[in-house]
Amino acid sequence: MPGRATVRRLARGAVGVGLVVGVSEALGRAGIVHQDFLPPASTILARAAALAADTDFLADVRATLTAWALGLLIAVGVAVPLGLVLGNIPVVSNAVTTIVEFLRPIPSVALIPLVAMLFGTGLEMKLTVIVYASVWPVLFNTVYGLRDVDPVAKDTLRAFGFGRLAVLWHVAIPATAPFIATGVRMAAAVALILAVTAEMFGGFGDGIGIFIAEAANYPGGTTDTLAATVWAGVLGLLINTALVRGERRAFPWARPR
Amino acid sequence: MRAILERWTVFVLGVAGWQVATMAADDPFFPTPRVIVGRMYDLWFSGPATRLFLTDGAVGNVLPSLARLGAGFAIGVVAGVALGLAVGRSQWAYDVLDPVLQFFRAIPPPTLVPVFIVLFSLGPQMQIASIAFSVLWPVLLNAADGARTVEPVQLETAAVFRLTTAERLRLVVVPSALPKIFAGLRLSLSLSLILMVFSELQPGAADGIGFQLVEATTRFDYETVWAAIVLLGVLGYLLNMGLLGIERRVLSWQRPA
Repeated sequence: MPGRATVRRLARGAVGVGLVVGVSEALGRAGIVHQDFLPPASTILARAAALAADTDFLADVRATLTAWALGLLIAVGVAVPLGLVLGNIPVVSNAVTTIVEFLRPIPSVALIPLVAMLFGTGLEMKLTVIVYASVWPVLFNTVYGLRDVDPVAKDTLRAFGFGRLAVLWHVAIPATAPFIATGVRMAAAVALILAVTAEMFGGFGDGIGIFIAEAANYPGGTTDTLAATVWAGVLGLLINTALVRGERRAFPWARPR
Repeated sequence: MRAILERWTVFVLGVAGWQVATMAADDPFFPTPRVIVGRMYDLWFSGPATRLFLTDGAVGNVLPSLARLGAGFAIGVVAGVALGLAVGRSQWAYDVLDPVLQFFRAIPPPTLVPVFIVLFSLGPQMQIASIAFSVLWPVLLNAADGARTVEPVQLETAAVFRLTTAERLRLVVVPSALPKIFAGLRLSLSLSLILMVFSELQPGAADGIGFQLVEATTRFDYETVWAAIVLLGVLGYLLNMGLLGIERRVLSWQRPA
């Protein structure tokens, strides 16, 4: 049973959505910008609804989500163990944060043309740039979280004769988990951006980005572009909401954000 | 001092390892860092001393990229902070707009580049609009969140002293929202670099680092591709350091958030 405050918040949120749709509808109909350039909201939303039943578009969504999920999985699978091992050795931990600091600022989009020359524009290319972009937040948060582990707790376990691995398993990992989860949430958002971007650059096969890039090539394709963008935004929102909820449930003691 | 020494030792060792690995591989696809730096020097930094050693290539491509990045970032930040503070100061406005704003933030910004191309046609306006869009949402949401969580006691004190609205904003709301705003700026900076490059990768772009990068791939000029990637990494690193420096100065009166 949702409380009154929640109901009121939801109602106000619905008002906001209605307001934005109304304003963009009015702007579209007012004819300040040509309707082919910026279609009114009703046209975009109708097209988005139609796309939800379009098997070709659903195949695009599936391709994008597959690349996103695989890329994120590989990034987490690489970054978490690496972070846990490296973060436990102080000298190495500093070295790792340094290298991360130098590699992370490279905008991963810049790698797309290079990787496309190496692998072509298929799944391998998408995965490479997704993994490159999403490894850093996870690795950084893992190493950073390990530094924050309560030393007293570690020493207590050591005093009772527990080994390194036992300390890692019973103290360090539970204490670091909320940090890792935040890193994964940040990585998930970046991974979606890179999945779509790599597809837009590639231009063959299935994917939301390919759908958008193709729509840009025919007159009046802006409606298709914006309808697909609505779905991309909905996916991003669902992913983020699910991860925030998951964090709250798994680590009620750590406030997300 | 020791930390700085340690950091640069790691950096030098990392580059040395890269040099050895690429020399051993002897693959034209992976030039050695020495060759890459040589190419960077030839392309951008071997100009006359009167022009700060910048070549025509740097003036024609690097500076326009940076100018567009600066313009887009500035527009996004000013709009984001102003709107964010306004939204965050009213519980009603926050409830109404939060879902909409979350949705806009969840949209992968590159999907809208084709729409901006239609609206502004190819050129700097489209590129600046894309960058500004990517910067706007994280800043807006963080500014709203920061403005919402001002200590009630501080606001009551301000009321007791009969501060005007402008004074209250300048002396109470903005300072307590600043840490959150800076967290948003850090996120926005990496997004804006992605959009800077992506908007220059579009067919028909006339100049910019991304343009040079994609143009080099069509000639299979791997050295220039790598030089552009390293340059983007260095620029990203410097901009990030600059932002952290400003943050430290501006927030020096309080503990880091």
